Amino acid sequence: MAEPQKQHLIDPEFCIRCYTCEETCPIEAITHNDDNVVVDASICNLCMDCISPCPTGSIDSWRVVAEPYSLEDQLGWMELPEQQQFADEDGGSDIGVEALDEDIAALLAQAHKGSGQVAAPSSASKPSINLRNLANPVEGKIQGNFRLTSPDADSDVRHIIINLGNTTFPVLEGQSVGIICPGTDENGKPHLPRLYSISSPRDGERPNVNNISLTIKREKLGVCSNYVCDLAKGDVVKLTGPFGASFLMPDDPQAKLLMICTGTGSAPFRAFTMRRQRVLPEQNGALKLFFGARTPDSLPYFGPLNKIPDDFLDTHFAFSRVEGQPKNYVQDELRLAAASIAEALKDPQTYIYICGMKAMEEGVDSALYDIAGKASLDWNTLKDEMRKSGRYHVETY
Amino acid sequence: MTQSMAVDYDTIIPNNVGLSGDRRVLKALERWHPGYIKWWGNMGPVGFQESSVYLRTAISVDPKGWAKFDYVKMPEYRWGILLAPQVEGRTIPCGEHFGEPAWQEVPGEYRSLLRRLIVIQGDTEPASVEQQRFLGETAPSLYDMRNLFQVNVEEGRHLWAMVYLLQKYFGSDGREEANEMLRRQSGSEETPRMLGAFNEETPDWLSFFMFTYFTDRDGKMQLEALAQSGFDPLSRTCRFMLTEEAHHMFVGETGVARTIQRTCEAMNDAGVTDPYDIEKVRELGVIDLPTIQKKLNLHYTLSLDLFGSEVSTNAASAFNSGIKGRYQEVKIDDDHQLNNDTYSAAQFLNNKIETVDVPALTAINMRLRDDYSNDAAGGVKRWNLLIKKSNIEFELKLPHSGFHRKIGVFNNAPITPDGLVISKEQWEERKNDWLPSLADGDFIQSLMKPVWEAGKYANWIAPPRVGIDNKPGDFEYVQLHMA
Repeated sequence: MAEPQKQHLIDPEFCIRCYTCEETCPIEAITHNDDNVVVDASICNLCMDCISPCPTGSIDSWRVVAEPYSLEDQLGWMELPEQQQFADEDGGSDIGVEALDEDIAALLAQAHKGSGQVAAPSSASKPSINLRNLANPVEGKIQGNFRLTSPDADSDVRHIIINLGNTTFPVLEGQSVGIICPGTDENGKPHLPRLYSISSPRDGERPNVNNISLTIKREKLGVCSNYVCDLAKGDVVKLTGPFGASFLMPDDPQAKLLMICTGTGSAPFRAFTMRRQRVLPEQNGALKLFFGARTPDSLPYFGPLNKIPDDFLDTHFAFSRVEGQPKNYVQDELRLAAASIAEALKDPQTYIYICGMKAMEEGVDSALYDIAGKASLDWNTLKDEMRKSGRYHVETY
Repeated sequence: MTQSMAVDYDTIIPNNVGLSGDRRVLKALERWHPGYIKWWGNMGPVGFQESSVYLRTAISVDPKGWAKFDYVKMPEYRWGILLAPQVEGRTIPCGEHFGEPAWQEVPGEYRSLLRRLIVIQGDTEPASVEQQRFLGETAPSLYDMRNLFQVNVEEGRHLWAMVYLLQKYFGSDGREEANEMLRRQSGSEETPRMLGAFNEETPDWLSFFMFTYFTDRDGKMQLEALAQSGFDPLSRTCRFMLTEEAHHMFVGETGVARTIQRTCEAMNDAGVTDPYDIEKVRELGVIDLPTIQKKLNLHYTLSLDLFGSEVSTNAASAFNSGIKGRYQEVKIDDDHQLNNDTYSAAQFLNNKIETVDVPALTAINMRLRDDYSNDAAGGVKRWNLLIKKSNIEFELKLPHSGFHRKIGVFNNAPITPDGLVISKEQWEERKNDWLPSLADGDFIQSLMKPVWEAGKYANWIAPPRVGIDNKPGDFEYVQLHMA
C-alpha cells in the first residue's frame, strides 16, 4: 500500500460555489462543474493561498488517503467521505491524528505517554498537520541563533529563529516541527527528522512575520542538535510538519493555564504566553508557570520571563543546583503554592500542561495528588476528568 | 509582499493605491471622510456603535493578508481603498476595442457612461446598510449579529471603493456624485436611492438572508461584469470587492439553510409530516416551508428587476465600448465582439410567453440575468437537499422569470410562478398564495426576538456548522456595550 498522504478537499455540504478559491489558486489546481468545486490532488502544492479567502471554511477540509480521490469522485460527491481508518502496527488506534509519518507519530505517542491519548481543548484552533514531509519539506532560512544560557553555564540552549519566506506553514502554539539533519547515519541512510517544539506563537516572533522559533539544547553527542545549534544566519534548514494535534492551547478568554516545565520544555509555554499577550493582553491572573532548571543562568528565557508582570504570568522558578541552597524542584514550588494550585484544580476552566524531562512527571504528579487531597479532591478522578475534557496534557522526553 | 499588495495604514484612509503620494485625491477623500462617518453614525446600524465586533479587516490584498480577524468598534473600522494587483499586459476583453491595452485613465468618449455605471453601483452599497440598520436589535444570535455587521462594514467599504474612482478620475463631477451618495437615502420620499429594490426596508432576518442571497447576488453579477471592464482601475476595484462579496453570499445561503434546517428539525421532533399544515408548523415557533417559498419568490423577482430590460441598447453600448463585460468574459469562447451572434430573449406578446433570437449585443442584460439565475439555482438545490434529508416532502423552486415583474417585457404581466399566463383578476386573487401577505410578515415578525447570549440561537434558526474564523460554538462574536 502506498504511504498515506494528506489530500486537500472542499466540503460540498457547505461550500457556496462562489469560486473565490478557484480565482485565487495561483496554479489552477481548483476547478468546478455544475455541482461541486474540487481540488486536483495532482496539481495542488498545499500553498494554502485559497484558505483565507474562502467565506465558508469548506475549503479547509482534509483527508488522509492511501490513494487520492479523483476529480470524478469529488465532482459527484454530496458530502465528504468519512476519514478512512489506518491501523497502526498494534492494530489499534488511528494514525494520522498527531502525525502521518509513522516515526514522528511514534515519537509523539511516546512523549504524550504521561497523559495518554488526550483530546485537544475543545476551543483550540484546528491544527494543520503534516503539510510537509520528507519528500516535500519546507526550506527556511536562519534569521537568528542566540544562546539563551549564559556563556559559562554548563548547558548551551539556543533560541533559533527560522524565516519561512513566502511559504505558508501554519502552526499553532504547542505543535512541533521536524528538522532534517543533512548527511547520513552510520548505516549510510539519511537521518530521520528530529522533533522540536515551536516556541513562537502562530503569527510569528513578531506579529505577522512569517517565521517560527525553536528552543534547542545542544546535546553532547546529538547529531541534529549540534547541527541546528551551529547554524548561522542565512543558512537554509529543511523542516517537516507541523505535528501534534492535542497539546494545544484553548482559544477561550476564560481559560486558565497551569504550565509546568523544565529546561527546553519551556518552548511551548513561551508560545502560549506570547499568544495570550497578543490576544488578551489585559487578562490578568490566568497564567501560572512553574519552571525548573539547575541554575538561573541555565534557565532559558530567564531574563525575558522576569520582565513579564506577575499579574499576567504568575512565575515560580525552581533551581536544583544553586550553591549553598537546598535542591529545589518544580514539585517543591507547586507544594509551596498549594493554596493557589488547589484553587486552580477546582476551577473547570483550568488547563494543565506538563512539558520537559520525563523524570519530572512522577514528582509533579505526587505533588498534585497531595495538593488535591488536602483540598478534598481525588486527584486520579480529577485527572481523568481533565484528560477527557482535553484539560490535562503531558509532553515529556 | 509587493508594493501594490501592501496596505498603507499611515494615512487616515488605509489604501494600496499610493494615496500619500497623490495629494489631490487624498485631500478630496479626507474632505469626504467626516461626512461618511456622520452618515455611518446616522444611517448605519442602530444601537451597536459602541459594541466590539469580531470583524475581519484586510491588511493586504494578497490571499494571505486580506482576512485578519479582531474585535473592532464599527465606527473605528478601517475603511480603505483596496484594489486587486494590476495584471501586467491586461487587454480590453470585449467590444470594439478588444485586444487593445486596458485603459489606465478614463477614455474621454466613454466618460459619462462610465461615471453613470460607477454611480449606480456605488449607490447600492450605502443603501443596503440603511435598509438593514434596525436588524441588530432582533439578531437571533451574536454570530448572526456579527455577520450582519461584517456585511454592513464591507458595504461601507464598497462605497469607499466607488467614491475613490469618482474622486480620482472624474474631477469636480466625481466629487459632486460622491457627495450625492451620502445625501440620497433608502426609502426617502425626496431623495430615494436609485434602484427600486434598495428602497424597501429589510423588516426581518429571513428577509435579510433572502436579500443577501438574491439581491447581493445581483450585486455580485454586476461586479463580475464590471471586473471585466476595459477601464483597469474599475476592474481591479471590483475584483477585490468580489472576494468580500463572497461572504455576503455565504451569510444569505447559510442563513436560509439554517432556517430551513430548524423548521425541518422542529417538524420531525413534533411528528408533523405535512409541510402545508402551516398552522401546526407555526405553533412550533418556526417558519413554515411554504412561507419560505413565498419569501424566495419575492426576493428573487425583485432581484431580477435589477438586471434591467432584457433587450437594451445601453447595455449593448457598455459592452461594445469595453466598459462592462459579460460574466466570466475571458473564459467565454467566442469573438468577444458579438457582431454576428444572436441570443434567445424572452418576449411577452398577445398574452403569450415566447423566446426570440435577438442580436446578442442587445441581449447582454438578459444573458447576465440568465447567468444569475443559474447561479441562484445552485443554492436552492442545496436547500432542497436539506429538506430531503429530513424526509419532508417539499421542494423549493425559483419562480418563472415572468412572475411578479416590474421591469422589462414581463412588466405587470399576470404570470404564475409556474409560468402560466392567467387573467389579471385571477392573479390579484391568488397573489397571496405566492407572495408573503401582511399576515405572513406579522408572523415572521413575531419570531424576531433577540438572542444575545454567546452560543445561543433563536428557536427558529439552527446554529451554524462551523464558526467564523474557526471559532468555537460559544464564542462571543459581539461584545455588547450597553449604556
